[in-house]
Amino acid sequence: MPFKRYVEIGRVALVNYGKDYGRLVVIVDVIDQNRALVDAPDMVRGQMNFKRLSLTDIKIDIPRLPKKKSLIAAMEAADVKNKWENSSWGRKLIVQKRRASLNDFDRFKVMLARIKRGGAIQQELAKLKKQNAS
Amino acid sequence: MAAKKASLTSRNPELIRGIRKYSRSKMYHKRGIWAIKAKHGGVFPRHEPKAAPPKPAEKPPKFYPADDVKTPIPNHRKHKPTKLRPSITPGTVLILLAGRFMGKRVVFLKQLPSGLLLVTGPFKINGVPLRRVNQAYVIGTSTKIDISGVDVEKFDDKYFTKEKKKKTKKSEGEFFDTEKEATKALPQEKKDDQKTVDAQLIKAIEAVPDLKAYLGARFSLRAGMKPHELVF
Repeated sequence: MPFKRYVEIGRVALVNYGKDYGRLVVIVDVIDQNRALVDAPDMVRGQMNFKRLSLTDIKIDIPRLPKKKSLIAAMEAADVKNKWENSSWGRKLIVQKRRASLNDFDRFKVMLARIKRGGAIQQELAKLKKQNAS
Repeated sequence: MAAKKASLTSRNPELIRGIRKYSRSKMYHKRGIWAIKAKHGGVFPRHEPKAAPPKPAEKPPKFYPADDVKTPIPNHRKHKPTKLRPSITPGTVLILLAGRFMGKRVVFLKQLPSGLLLVTGPFKINGVPLRRVNQAYVIGTSTKIDISGVDVEKFDDKYFTKEKKKKTKKSEGEFFDTEKEATKALPQEKKDDQKTVDAQLIKAIEAVPDLKAYLGARFSLRAGMKPHELVF
């Protein structure tokens, strides 16, 4: 019931609307009730409305308005990239991207693989059923 | 002229549209007309026109039409084949979208002079023969097959035209026997062409795992597939 992810300096967020859709950014300062100053290693620091941000669990340790170099160093120290890619949210996004980029032949191969996997599961299930019945 | 120059560019550059850099007299000097005249004793050399072959004597026509007949303006326009989409290159797997083979995945061989695409199943894999197909009814996938070993030079639009039926006079009895002429067997030559083209292709196809099954299956949209979001 209580909030777990707070808007604070160093909170890593995902942009969910606009030009930078899908980018991981760090909240570097709060401008007013609605906007934050936001920064990422490959982006020019700029303001963003909180409505465009989805907060993640990841938080890094930075002072207010760090220099770009120290921001990058802090992100490396906290290992944001790996933490994100191993989290279930991050993994889901990676899978979605991969599925969207499959071409027609890839989709066909995926279908064959799913049928094969389903067949193997059914075989095992049949074996177990037989064991149980006997 | 003794020898044609390698490039025939003008020595008078255009400063802006309609205005060139050098004046008439300057250009006279630049082109060296004075030097050519000097070489030929103050006169620009003039060659005699080639003797034309004597024209045969024209007889006055036997018939003059009553009203003036308009001569049509000659039309020298030549068709260019349709511009090929950049995603379609020789060896691309295409998805046919209409016609008898709707949904079949097929190998693109070359574009014919009429603009249509020459395509083959291969026949053994999915039953599509050497066939012409319009580019508009085709999706080009990003899957490519190596068709460097296939010789498609001999195929053009004439190869695919229908044979002209000879009109024979029928007697009353034979009038009801039209069914007999309906089906014509494919000439053996075309079957052999299909076999030679496909032999090379099938070798290249079997080198890639699952590609043969892929070409044998038809494409269809399932639930949740949005064509404008699919990557082909």
